[in-house]
Amino acid sequence: MTSKTDTLEVHSSTDIVLIRQAVRKWTAELGFSLVDQTKMITAASELARNALEYGGGGEVRFEQLEKSGRRGLRLTFEDHGPGIPDIEQALTDGFTTGQGMGLGLSGSRRLVNEFEIASTVGEGTRVTITRWK
Amino acid sequence: MSAQGLKKGRLAGIVGNHEAEILANWVGEQTAVKGRRGASLNESELRAQCEAFLRAFRESLNGAASTDVESNEWRAVRGMLDELSRARAAKGFSSSEMAFFVMSLKRPLFGLLREIGGDAQSLADTTWEATEILDRMALFTTEVYQKAREEIIARQQEEMLELSTPVVTLWKGILALPMIGTLDSARTQTMMESLLQTILDTGSSIAIIDITGVPTVDTLTAQHLLKTVTAARLMGAECILSGIRPQIAQTIVHLGLDLGGMITKASLADAFAVALERTGRTIVRVRTGPGRESTATAIGMDPPA
Ligand SMILES: Nc1ncnc2c1ncn2[C@@H]1O[C@H](COP(=O)(O)OP(=O)(O)O)[C@@H](O)[C@H]1O
Ligand SMILES: [Mg+2]
Repeated sequence: MTSKTDTLEVHSSTDIVLIRQAVRKWTAELGFSLVDQTKMITAASELARNALEYGGGGEVRFEQLEKSGRRGLRLTFEDHGPGIPDIEQALTDGFTTGQGMGLGLSGSRRLVNEFEIASTVGEGTRVTITRWK
Repeated sequence: MSAQGLKKGRLAGIVGNHEAEILANWVGEQTAVKGRRGASLNESELRAQCEAFLRAFRESLNGAASTDVESNEWRAVRGMLDELSRARAAKGFSSSEMAFFVMSLKRPLFGLLREIGGDAQSLADTTWEATEILDRMALFTTEVYQKAREEIIARQQEEMLELSTPVVTLWKGILALPMIGTLDSARTQTMMESLLQTILDTGSSIAIIDITGVPTVDTLTAQHLLKTVTAARLMGAECILSGIRPQIAQTIVHLGLDLGGMITKASLADAFAVALERTGRTIVRVRTGPGRESTATAIGMDPPA
């Protein structure tokens, strides 16, 4: 069940700072431990930057979840950029087509409980991450 | 909306003849909602602002031919609103609070118009004129407020950027860069460049980068850090990373970042001790008398070769 939602834009590096702050606020509200907060914030930072850098900007949707007594936060990053031709390759540690360290996608997958990625070349990319308390 | 011509002098006359009454009611309107907000003015300050505004308002009404507050005739009122909005923006008022300053003049003004009465047509006309003018002024105010806020934010960001380069010399040849706050890319870049420049200027051999005050380290921040360490090494200086808090350490591990090439220490103090040792110094406790130790410590001389 979703009890609270919000959507933030990703169009500048200032937006990424704001997204990190929002994730901190939402996870703190959910009672996440400091470690879990930091993991979710860091994953969000990576995915927001990808949406900005490779996807040409987009948005992130926040959803507070409740499932059989457990509470969690789901974030969905969506852009209408060029898409990712080979998702498996993109998820490989160290793979980058830019100047990065190639650890954003693979690293954020390790920082969360659920990770889903859907991408169509020429249409865009959607990454959904969830972390439960 | 298109500006409307003013019916000769009626509104101006009414405001002029009842200035004191309007002022009292207007101030009353505004103090009535006080208390639900953070930033506030004291009442005499508010009264002075309202009084000055009403005077300018009346004078402009006297000379104005239309309700178009953007026109030259309303310049004095605009100047006053401009100044007020900026001052309030700096004080942390919200844009709706700023609009309320103007809008709250409606009730006292309309009440007065109704009391004075007259024929239905001129009452309607005058009320309409007053509405137009006040709405336009409220709009103008919000725009000025918005601009002022944006200017404040831009200035603060610039100041932050400058503030964020506090490279300090801890000891001869030992530098420290205490990083604080959110590290966006531009800021990190500036800090790192300033560290490298200071290494060059001071000929330092050790730089401590302390991240105690940094809430998150993502791959971009890490990349900046690693690049700096590599560049410093090429310049003959070693970097020590200190202040990695537990939550950051765990996150770094999961991200898959390899900081293995860096010397890391839990605290700035530990890093400083290592730095002293590496530059051939030790910290010794100084005895001040027989059996008594002072709490003071001193940094020892370079040991004999
Ligand atoms: N939203 C996106 N749109 C298009 N390509 C993307 C997107 N996100 C990631 N990629 C691709 O996946 C690669 C790996 O991403 P990531 O793991 O974050 O590493 P990095 O950002 O360091 O390159 C990127 O270099 C890019 O080619
Ligand atoms: Mg990335």
